[in-house]
Amino acid sequence: MLSRIVKDADVLSGSVLAALGVYIIMEASQWEAYTAGGPGPGFFPIWYGLAIVGLSLGLVVSKIVNGKGEEEGGIDWSGAPRALGAWAMFAAAGALLQPLGFVLSFALLTFFMVVVVFRQSVLTALLTALGCTAGFYLVFPVALGVDLPASPFGVF
Amino acid sequence: MDVVNGLMHGFAVALQPSNLLWCFVGCFLGTIIGVLPGLGPAATIALLLPVTFHMEPTGAIIMLAGIYYGAKYGGSTTSILLNMPGESSSVVTCIDGYQMARRGRAGAALGIAAISSFVAGTIGVILLSVVAPPVAAFALSFSSPEYFALMCFGLALVALLGGDSIIKALLALLVGLWLASVGVDLFTAQARFIFGQSKLLGGLDFLVIAIGIFAIGEILSNVEKRGAVNMLPVPRGIRNLLPNWEELRACRFAMVNGSLTGFIIGVLPGAGSTIASFVSYGVEKAVSRRPEKFGTGVPEGVAAPEAANNADTGGALVPLLTLGIPGGSSTAIMLSALILWGIRPGPLMMDEAPDVFWGLVASMYIGNAVLLLLNLPLVPLFAQILRLPSYILHPAILGLSIIGAYSVSSHLFDVGLLAGFGLLGYLMGKLGYPSAPLILGFVLGDAMERALRQSLMMSQGDLSILVSRPISAVLLACAVLILLSPLLGRFNQWRTRALHGS
Repeated sequence: MLSRIVKDADVLSGSVLAALGVYIIMEASQWEAYTAGGPGPGFFPIWYGLAIVGLSLGLVVSKIVNGKGEEEGGIDWSGAPRALGAWAMFAAAGALLQPLGFVLSFALLTFFMVVVVFRQSVLTALLTALGCTAGFYLVFPVALGVDLPASPFGVF
Repeated sequence: MDVVNGLMHGFAVALQPSNLLWCFVGCFLGTIIGVLPGLGPAATIALLLPVTFHMEPTGAIIMLAGIYYGAKYGGSTTSILLNMPGESSSVVTCIDGYQMARRGRAGAALGIAAISSFVAGTIGVILLSVVAPPVAAFALSFSSPEYFALMCFGLALVALLGGDSIIKALLALLVGLWLASVGVDLFTAQARFIFGQSKLLGGLDFLVIAIGIFAIGEILSNVEKRGAVNMLPVPRGIRNLLPNWEELRACRFAMVNGSLTGFIIGVLPGAGSTIASFVSYGVEKAVSRRPEKFGTGVPEGVAAPEAANNADTGGALVPLLTLGIPGGSSTAIMLSALILWGIRPGPLMMDEAPDVFWGLVASMYIGNAVLLLLNLPLVPLFAQILRLPSYILHPAILGLSIIGAYSVSSHLFDVGLLAGFGLLGYLMGKLGYPSAPLILGFVLGDAMERALRQSLMMSQGDLSILVSRPISAVLLACAVLILLSPLLGRFNQWRTRALHGS
């Protein structure tokens, strides 16, 4: 029962938000709440920091008092690995923009998403990656003159 | 400038060839976005905003508005043919629209949706033209306390109608306020919440947050649910898309009901077109002579919600253009766009930027006609978009997101932030935290803090200034009542049903 509650999404998210609220209050308390000219930089953040702590604790407490576990809450996490995998590829493509440039990073992102997330054949992935990348290259840097991160190899 | 002169000036602006082109582009893109389930107008407007940096503001806002109301036209197509709403505002259309399609009246249902959307969209714009000037004139008397109270009122409504749990909606809103505080303080130049990163001194960029939360968040949610769609056949030929006389007669009051309900609800911040379509469907069913037939494929069950969700657009632009207060995610992005182009929406906008204000209003009359002409004959073509494989669409949107975020400041740091906000948007959706309050909190955060601090400067720190002025006192009292209203059991049941559109 206790472990179910601890793993509950509302309890977890409420705890994280309570921690964020405490952080906001601690940071804001270092700045002046009131100055000679009126409210200072700490005034507004302290108020919403307190509200975040109060509401998130309310969320956690109400969940604990009601005692409903995750299976009753009904959040379906079965597809989350696919979504998080896609996110990891996106984040990796973002990190590769500096060393590889936009064109290569985007081609890699498309290729791996098509193969790993959408379970298509390597040939389909290759054609999709080439087609999408060529389309983006022609539309943005060539037609619209948008500056994109360039690779050290001299191409976008 | 009075309404008639304003509209004439607006038509002179909107009928310029370049603005007509942008109106058409916006309506066309909006329809496609509406047809595609999973990618909403807010995400699209955010993605396309960087493209508008080099455009003339009037043409740019005409295009973005076209996407906004065009998506509502397109949203009905998937509701009717797939029983799957292209937009959340088209959920109610599924109920009778899909049943009509199953009975072989898909063409009539699509035609009724398009005609109702046209009628209601036009009524909504007429009401916007008439209502906006007096609202703007009234708002001229507002000072900082009134603006602060107005924002509290709007944000309270957004929190109330933003999701199942008002606590979660309020938490999302407060996180939005916190994100708005990142960077240098407006009054004292104190750096706040920058985590030692000098790149954060200028604050977080709105586009990075909007694209991350909406576009990336939506893509990740879509990636989760993989499944084939079974689409009912679309009738070909304009004749097969026109409803018969009996069906049109049955819809005439539903269109008026939907138009008025949609406009009124659209004016309220946070309510949005989903609530408008639900309420108008409920009203139509309540006053119908054959309520038991609703849900089996009656034409007025398509006309009322479609009219409401299109008239809502005109209503939603009233607080945006006259008070500078957006009521939803799409209008929040449009507010940021106007500010980026150096235009400040508010009571003075009609005088300071008449081309933009009246040009936009006039373009909506034109846009509604464009959408009717686009939607009736081209529905079969738009429906084919649904056959575009998601393995092409999703990586392409991710690529557009990277370009959108990078083009803001040409810093790869922003792409990193984009990934972070994308994950946040996905997790918020999974955990039941609505994203609209966060975006509105972020958009209004700076203005809200400024209004509060200016109010307290005016009163030498006395908080009673917020309740001693009649307008701000009434607005704050309404905000408190709104936040306490979920404690009333029956109201909360209605609210939850309305949000789920069932």
